[in-house]
Amino acid sequence: MNVFNIVIAGVGGQGVLMASKVLAESALASGMDVKQNEVHGMAQRGGSVISFVRIGDKVYSPVVMPGSADILISFEPLEALRYVHYLKPGGMLVYNKGTINPSTVASGLATYPADVEEQISRACGGAHGIDALAIAQQAGNAKAVNMVMVGSVLKKLPIDAQVVEGVVSALSKDKGVEVNLKALRGGGAAA
Amino acid sequence: MKKIISGNEAIALSFEDSGGVFASGYPGTPSTETLEEVARLGNVYCEWAPNEKVGLESAIGASLAGGRSLATMKHVGVNVAADALMTLTYTGVNAGLILMAADDPGMHSSQNEQDSRNYAKFAKIPMLDPADSQEAYDFVRAGFEISEQFDTPVMLRTTTRISHAKGIVEPKGKIEPKVGAWEKNVPKYVMLPNFGKIKHVTVEERLLKLQEFAETSPLNRVEMGDTDLGIVTSGISYQHVKEAFPAASILKLGLVHPLPEKKIREFAGKVKRLMVVEEMDAIFEEQIRAMGIPVHIGKDRISLCGEVSADIVRAAAGAPITAAATAPVENLPQRPPTFCPGCAHRGLYSILSKLKVYVSGDIGCYTLGALPPLSAMHTCICMGASISAAHGMAKVNEIAGRAEKPVAVIGDSTFFHSGITGLLSMAYNNGSALVIIMDNRTTGMTGGQENPGSGQILQGEPAKQVNMVDLVKVLGIDNVVEINSYNLEETEAAIRKGLETPGPYVLVDRNPCILRYRVKKPLYAVDQDKCTGCRACLKASCVALGLTSSGEKPKVGIDPNICNGCGVCAQLCKFDAMSEA
Ligand SMILES: Cc1ncc(C[n+]2csc(CCOP(=O)(O)OP(=O)(O)O)c2C)c(N)n1
Repeated sequence: MNVFNIVIAGVGGQGVLMASKVLAESALASGMDVKQNEVHGMAQRGGSVISFVRIGDKVYSPVVMPGSADILISFEPLEALRYVHYLKPGGMLVYNKGTINPSTVASGLATYPADVEEQISRACGGAHGIDALAIAQQAGNAKAVNMVMVGSVLKKLPIDAQVVEGVVSALSKDKGVEVNLKALRGGGAAA
Repeated sequence: MKKIISGNEAIALSFEDSGGVFASGYPGTPSTETLEEVARLGNVYCEWAPNEKVGLESAIGASLAGGRSLATMKHVGVNVAADALMTLTYTGVNAGLILMAADDPGMHSSQNEQDSRNYAKFAKIPMLDPADSQEAYDFVRAGFEISEQFDTPVMLRTTTRISHAKGIVEPKGKIEPKVGAWEKNVPKYVMLPNFGKIKHVTVEERLLKLQEFAETSPLNRVEMGDTDLGIVTSGISYQHVKEAFPAASILKLGLVHPLPEKKIREFAGKVKRLMVVEEMDAIFEEQIRAMGIPVHIGKDRISLCGEVSADIVRAAAGAPITAAATAPVENLPQRPPTFCPGCAHRGLYSILSKLKVYVSGDIGCYTLGALPPLSAMHTCICMGASISAAHGMAKVNEIAGRAEKPVAVIGDSTFFHSGITGLLSMAYNNGSALVIIMDNRTTGMTGGQENPGSGQILQGEPAKQVNMVDLVKVLGIDNVVEINSYNLEETEAAIRKGLETPGPYVLVDRNPCILRYRVKKPLYAVDQDKCTGCRACLKASCVALGLTSSGEKPKVGIDPNICNGCGVCAQLCKFDAMSEA
């Protein structure tokens, strides 16, 4: 199998790192090679975050080049637009419709593009938006948005869904197991 | 068992598995998680030092006392520790000693892009440059062996994509830690000129021996392939090279100083075109050229600035790069990092911004106060510089007859790191600046590490907590006032008083970091009838604020999911439109 490239984008604090960890651990549990990389440090301070997960028989670089992502998962519409050029021709984009104002917008220095979803569709024809917050809340925790987003792409991954569920269960604490599995499945149903 | 871990975690695990006894360091992206992981694993002693020099010196002591030791820091931390390093290379070690330096090409979270490989050359010591998590693990073990075999400190250099990227690691068997003898050896460890002269000769001889070692060590390996293109590379660049040209011949260096001249010459002789791929400085290329070996593709085609990528390697060798489905979308609103909602720095900066004073800045979360709309920081050089630079400014202002007093802003961790000496100088040399210490009881910017003011050690256990106000007083500062920067009126009055009073004047804000200490306060809300859309509150630069309507004078609302109840926006409002929800 060639290398399968996943890019996860979002805002610091949204759980992009946890989503990446779930995918990377699932690849390892499936006996594949994997590299995962995000640049953090200043990420927690509400900045834009981008994370790469690369899986396959043999993976060298931890970095996904623009133009080579099989899947782009974005936790926020503006971030989907910011990283849409990472998609390869025919690549798939799933994004969470809930917006988060960047500080530049919050302080009145810039405006949030009102037509962000149209712009996304223009840049990527098959882009699919979901209301991840509502699904996460239904599952029992607004913070489970990240699991919803992982769930939304599960069918497209070269990994067995059951393996992912196993990893999510292992990484969650007590009551979190049920909530996260519900969120994961809710995301799958919305895709 | 195989695990998927970051380079930093791999270094920590290997340190534990390779008989490590003592680790110290100072936080700094991308190195920080290494010591945190040593602490989390919990089997080897480790601690945060107040700065990198203290960290390395403590590691030196540990080595001299017979324990394998590790000092961790980011690239610029090596500058701080360099005084120790440059003579440690003369004394050598007792038990193995590794200095981990994490470089940040691309400056993801650093103030400069210096290449630590220069330090290995400068200090004439071996340097290892792992290319993934497994090598990070393996090279710690190799590093201790080299350190002890050649009686030298060893530098382990990572870059952001090695430190933070995760890959699969298979740990090797565990070596039980053992502590060797603690010997007195004056000619070896006392670097008086007479002993130093002898040791310098030893250093030069050691370097020649290390060069011989580099020729045969499996740390440097040749992967022969297509002989049209031969590439000399190391570290993360190796991975980019493999992505770009999986079939090319590669000389992959793991030991990047000193270089194996014979091996390079032999490799160059077997390929048609020799390419050197290295991030940042032309360290390999310059040395290879100096050996009289022609380099066909190098820094003439690959920038000295920023990271290397597979496409950069392809383009440099004249191969086509990845074609994207769409071009990047332009003119999107930026999403830079910013003060957290509820952060104590916000109140302070909204006042400094209003007063339009000159702010001599420093490094920490509070550096974000330099960005618009606050735009209230005017210099930021290196840790600790805020106070000493403000002192120099004040002296020149005095000479020039300018009345304005500079303001220095510094965080607690940075003050302990290297601000204390600046303030000591200001007191001693009869200086005159307003110094504001934002004592949030943590090293915030790097993720909330403990420091001597936290009352906790690295493992989270209780520790002695330095009293900031007492510390400042004892340096010779008479005017020290505690402030609460959530109260804008009081804080502004204190700042004005400090600016009017001649001589050094120190304000200390002791509000804790809301992220680290998970502070939760009652939220605020906006009365839409009272809001006039004047946007005065937006100057607080808080992501909880947003416009609730469109049109000519849109009103402002507060997102209850983001607000943390600091009340700064409410105090900026002239129409009393904001109150506790
Ligand atoms: C020599 C050096 N070491 C480490 C760092 C990494 N670093 C950046 S800011 C910072 C400390 C910030 O803590 P503090 O001064 O308490 O301010 P806060 O972020 O909590 O506001 C550190 C360790 C650096 N830039 N330079």
